[in-house]
Amino acid sequence: MPPGDADTATATGGAIRPASPAPSAEKAGEFWKVVRGRLERAARELPGLTVEPENRAPLVSVSRTVKACGNAGGLLGHDKLGALCRECESLVASLSEGSVRMSEGTSEALLRTVAAVLSMVQSIETLGHDGEDTFEELKAELSRLNGGSLSEHAGDMPAVTDTPAVAESTSTPASTPASTPTASPPSPPPETPVAVPASPSDGGAAKPDTAKPGAAPAGPGSPVETSVRVDVSLLDALMNQVGELVLARNQLVEYASRYEDSAFLASAQRLNQITSELQEGVMKTRMQPIHSIWAKLPRVVRDLSRSVGKQIRVEMEGKETELDKSLIEAMKDPLTHLIRNSVDHGIESPEARTACGKPIEGVLLLRAYHQGGQVHIEIQDDGAGIDPDRICDKAVSKGLISAEQASQMTHADKCKLIFLAGLSTAEQVTNISGRGVGMDVVKTNIDAISGAIDLESEQGRGTTFKIRVPLTLAIVPALVVTSGGERFAIPQANLLELIRIDGSKDVLGVEMISDCPVYRLRGQLLPLVYLNEQLELRDNPASTLNLVVLQAGSGRFGLVVDEINESQEIVVKPLAEVVRSVPVFAGATIMGDGCLALIIDVPGLAERAHVLSSQNRQELKRYGNDEETVDDARCSLLLVRSSAGGRVAIPLNDISRLEQFSTTRLESVGDSRVVQYRGQILPLVELSDVLAERASNPATVADDGVRRVVVFGENGAQVGLVVHEIVDVVDESLSIIGESKRDGVLATAVIQGKVTEMLDVSHFLGSGEPSCGDAPRLCA
Amino acid sequence: MSGSQQYCTFYIDRQMFGIEVEVVQEIIRFQEITRVPLAPALVHGLINLRGQIVTAIDLGTLLAFSSHDPERPRMNVIVRGEDSSFSLLVDRIGDVLELDESMSEVAPITLKGAVSEVIDRAYKLERELLLSIDVTRLLKTISQAVVGHAA
Repeated sequence: MPPGDADTATATGGAIRPASPAPSAEKAGEFWKVVRGRLERAARELPGLTVEPENRAPLVSVSRTVKACGNAGGLLGHDKLGALCRECESLVASLSEGSVRMSEGTSEALLRTVAAVLSMVQSIETLGHDGEDTFEELKAELSRLNGGSLSEHAGDMPAVTDTPAVAESTSTPASTPASTPTASPPSPPPETPVAVPASPSDGGAAKPDTAKPGAAPAGPGSPVETSVRVDVSLLDALMNQVGELVLARNQLVEYASRYEDSAFLASAQRLNQITSELQEGVMKTRMQPIHSIWAKLPRVVRDLSRSVGKQIRVEMEGKETELDKSLIEAMKDPLTHLIRNSVDHGIESPEARTACGKPIEGVLLLRAYHQGGQVHIEIQDDGAGIDPDRICDKAVSKGLISAEQASQMTHADKCKLIFLAGLSTAEQVTNISGRGVGMDVVKTNIDAISGAIDLESEQGRGTTFKIRVPLTLAIVPALVVTSGGERFAIPQANLLELIRIDGSKDVLGVEMISDCPVYRLRGQLLPLVYLNEQLELRDNPASTLNLVVLQAGSGRFGLVVDEINESQEIVVKPLAEVVRSVPVFAGATIMGDGCLALIIDVPGLAERAHVLSSQNRQELKRYGNDEETVDDARCSLLLVRSSAGGRVAIPLNDISRLEQFSTTRLESVGDSRVVQYRGQILPLVELSDVLAERASNPATVADDGVRRVVVFGENGAQVGLVVHEIVDVVDESLSIIGESKRDGVLATAVIQGKVTEMLDVSHFLGSGEPSCGDAPRLCA
Repeated sequence: MSGSQQYCTFYIDRQMFGIEVEVVQEIIRFQEITRVPLAPALVHGLINLRGQIVTAIDLGTLLAFSSHDPERPRMNVIVRGEDSSFSLLVDRIGDVLELDESMSEVAPITLKGAVSEVIDRAYKLERELLLSIDVTRLLKTISQAVVGHAA
């Protein structure tokens, strides 16, 4: 390999090759600068040739540079430069084939040529033309060396006589008849880097598409190249080795901690640190900014919007957000598809926009950011939005969902129907819904890279597609669990929540529907799957029930495991074909202690357990409905006490969390109290304010410095209700004994034998919402 | 085909088998193995071979030589497959022998089951018989067994 080979690959981008017959002045300038750098290097290297004739590298370097130079000269109309270069090229070709021997004279002539070319290039750079001197003498000298020296050696080179094809090449007008036998041997070995670029047959022709021959090696002094092209497979290999290093490091660090040798510990620590940095660095080499696929989107949008007669402006936020190269590739098609969709169907025609009072120009906003170890990509348009009912009607009429199912769907669910396969293929759907050509394909593509797609749409206001993809596919965050004595990893992408219930199996709240165990999770039945049963592992009777609530497809289920260990980043390794026949596993990973753990394929497991089969779900639903009708008046309630001592019950379903805050964390904004909570500002409302308590019994208990807060609502729109005391959670049939007379109270009931007021949550949220809406989101 | 060939030999129970040395990557002691639940019986588990995950095949189970002493640690013969390596679990490792084709006969046609599929030739050594395993056919047999299991 010539020493300059790595550089060669880096220079293909266009710096050394004039991309078109008339490159921009700026590009041409850049080009000449690079060429000059290389010529200077060639001038340094050439004298070595006479000393070391076997070393072909300088020759290759000269040949490439001169060739690139000559081609450019021809293209840009610098004929004198072109002619000299072609002459020089022929000689170099003969030299590298060995048909002409390197001598003092040749070396001298080549050096003079390089100097001449250099002066022409300088003249081009400064004056814009290649000067007055035609270097006729030099050309003749080159030609003489090429042809003349040949005749001396023709006798001992029988192979050269039968090579007319190459020599007839019209692309080297400078070739004299004498040069005919100098051409390459009958079968020029194209794989040797020496022969290819030097072959005269393609001397004046257009450059071959392969990158390497067209580019001359960069000189060490060439200032433009700060990056190196590297094969992705090399990066993959590097990544694997770093993974190994991490494991070895983990073992060493554990081993080191057993010894009290501080020097050993210190070096282990150092190794630990370097390894982490190395891992991070190697990960970074695979990262690319999302801009690399976004860059062409404005053009797509412009062309497309013109063809449909719309005016659309593209805005981008966070285009420097980085993700793994392989994911970038995988995201290309889905993104383009979504963009086209938004332009085609999302944003209305200018007339329609004017009619509903929007600016004529539609806005398409692309947003990307990192959050929670994932990359979020949003595509937002301010178009017409999706009509959920129309989508839904279409899905029903196509038999994709039943009318009964449809009636139970929320608006958001209906919108998500556009991802259903079968709904999206027909042309009519486009007309009816204004959305959904090939959306199932988009979803499939995103699923394939362990991503997720979601959408929010508001009729008349626009649609936002939200895509979440992992940072990298090779390393995924996973939850490690134990079942039947073995460890398994569950990808976090499938994970909804973890539940731990103490107590023996009988009293754990696991109920049976025919043979299927279910658990009541906030009033809804969650089918349970015992991992050890599914995997035919030994039973491990436990006093606690560890539930991992998983999402698989559109359904969810609870996976019962023996132990929930930890959450960690795992390196995914593929399984051999023999083991791949088990559909429950997606791969394997090596844990910190060097042991292996299998990665659970959640959809595969769900299928095996038949937990999400339609029959099972129907049954569950039926039972679920039965439960509901029987237990209509039964519900879970949180009992709290207000500071005035009154008992208040809050339906558990409405509550998202219970929290305790130290009073020191409470802050005041205007006249309301807030607390920083999970990166957001949580407005707080006192229960006694909501209920307008009679302040007859103020603060009977000493302040213990803690505020108990019941958190309502979803992310971004949460309100905290400060209560004095949390009494209990009860599951009770309500016997309502009286209508409420107070604002904010739904009814009065007897719970646990005591009169209790039921909080009217919607009333309370209504009063809390304005302040919440104003609260800025810290980590948007 | 004639001439001599080097064989890496090993025992399952008391039967001697041989595999061409060229396809044997290395031989390692039995090590920590991770079971794969639900996998076919011939898949003994996965081992971590310097960061590569290698599937360990229980050759005894496959060939229905079902007698290994559970007390005695088995050896892994790591064999290069078409796309990845796999490990054959054997009871004991023998010598590397250079054997001449002329010493062998085609395996007797009376052999049944998986043995008949994977055994290439039988070499008549002084004291015992060596059955040579054809790795390509072994791989095929393994994947067939797996397909049978899945169905």
